Amino acid sequence: MSRPRGAAEPGGERELLSSGDVARTIARMAHQVIEKTAIGPDAGEPPVLLGIPTRGTSLAARLAERITEFAGVKPPTGALDITLYRDDLRRRPTRPLAATHIPDTGIDDRVVILVDDVLFSGRTVRAALDALRDHGRPRAVQLAVLVDRGHREFPIRADYVGKNVPTSRAEEVHVLLAEIDERDAVLLRSEREAE
Amino acid sequence: MKHLLATDGLDPDQARSILDTADELKKTLLGREVRKLPTLRGRTVITMFYENSTRTRVSFEIAGKWMSADVINVSAGGSSVGKGESLRDTALTLAAAGADCVIVRHPASGAAHRLAGWLADAGTSVVNAGDGMHEHPTQALLDAATLRERLGELKGRRVAIVGDVLHSRVARSNIHLLAALGAEVVLVAPPTLLPAGVETLPVTVSHELDAELPAVDAVMMLRVQAERMHGGFFPSAREYSITYGLNEKRLKLLPEHAVVMHPGPMLRGMEIASVVADAPSSAITEQVRNGVHVRMAVLYHLLAGEEDKTA
Repeated sequence: MSRPRGAAEPGGERELLSSGDVARTIARMAHQVIEKTAIGPDAGEPPVLLGIPTRGTSLAARLAERITEFAGVKPPTGALDITLYRDDLRRRPTRPLAATHIPDTGIDDRVVILVDDVLFSGRTVRAALDALRDHGRPRAVQLAVLVDRGHREFPIRADYVGKNVPTSRAEEVHVLLAEIDERDAVLLRSEREAE
Repeated sequence: MKHLLATDGLDPDQARSILDTADELKKTLLGREVRKLPTLRGRTVITMFYENSTRTRVSFEIAGKWMSADVINVSAGGSSVGKGESLRDTALTLAAAGADCVIVRHPASGAAHRLAGWLADAGTSVVNAGDGMHEHPTQALLDAATLRERLGELKGRRVAIVGDVLHSRVARSNIHLLAALGAEVVLVAPPTLLPAGVETLPVTVSHELDAELPAVDAVMMLRVQAERMHGGFFPSAREYSITYGLNEKRLKLLPEHAVVMHPGPMLRGMEIASVVADAPSSAITEQVRNGVHVRMAVLYHLLAGEEDKTA
């Protein structure tokens, strides 16, 4: 059985990021966004941050807070639910929908940054790109994720990555955020034996 | 959920889940460039209407199309029904032709239930879009969605249903759904227009409209269904209108926040005065608008997830 170095024991749980790490990671990502999209009081329109529910929405709000703090410009922030665009709807019982909120600025001709907690197969992002298309035509779309755990099934990559984590498919990455889970942390769990 | 045949017996959590889905659909479609979701691509929905209808048929058709389902309308007039084909054979034909969902309106109470039985082997979902004097569940759901929008949670709210309760499937569906969602229902009608066994329903009954109005959060006016009346249910239309019609004077008896509703088609001047129908407290056009989102939500719960083999 080959497991990446530092992987969790079967049935075990390991903390990848502590609460302090999560805060520092988000701050670093905010700086990267500012640098890459040239946010500033004298620059053009800031990018629009769209979180993918549930945890992406909270992450987008936190990222926007840090950007506002560092650059003095508040990027418009919203949420984009992708449930109606999933390619696996027929494989599971009916899923409840989450909120979609496009900021009043709209997304036409803006840089849109999709924000999610974990990048895995890339299917969520593909669905998000489809959903975005029905809301307007952004100038460019970028992707920010707190954790990239690999195993892509689509030609998709992130522009901003909080932490790269090599994982086995049998493991699960759980992002906990205080807004939803009462504390901040990223956990690696191995719930079944690796195939 | 496999079928939607009635609100009587509908699980309150399931009902809330449909209403929440409708809410989110409404929000996500608001101000969009493309009002089209790919969710039901490749699914076929057939509407079978054996009775006249404008809003229900159109609203189901739009709901299906906005979710990318292929929607086909069959009406009794233009189909083999006119040649004497039975409901069962028509339904089996439509299922064999590839319908994933059949939406049926029929003058006979219980038609949708029978259909669901006949189509059990085909795996086709059935939605009751009104069966005789029995139920019209999507109307009750869209009424609940409209009430939630105007009043918030329905628990503890008081709703008056006024008029021809006897012939009204809308009333029957609303009584069960409102009760399931925790609202109090009071029926206001002349004794001749109340159904037998009304005492077994989760409602209170009154014959005095003026006495009830000050205490309600919403009032649902029902159409007097002349086409189902074969006999003297009240002395004259004028007398009915004076006793049970919602006129401008009665509108003033309602609390400030109260909502006026009508499932349509309404007879202005009969059960509802024209000025009342167009007043700010009237939610009649919102009901129609919410009808599309609620029917999208119903189709989503029936067709989007993995196949429900339980029912």
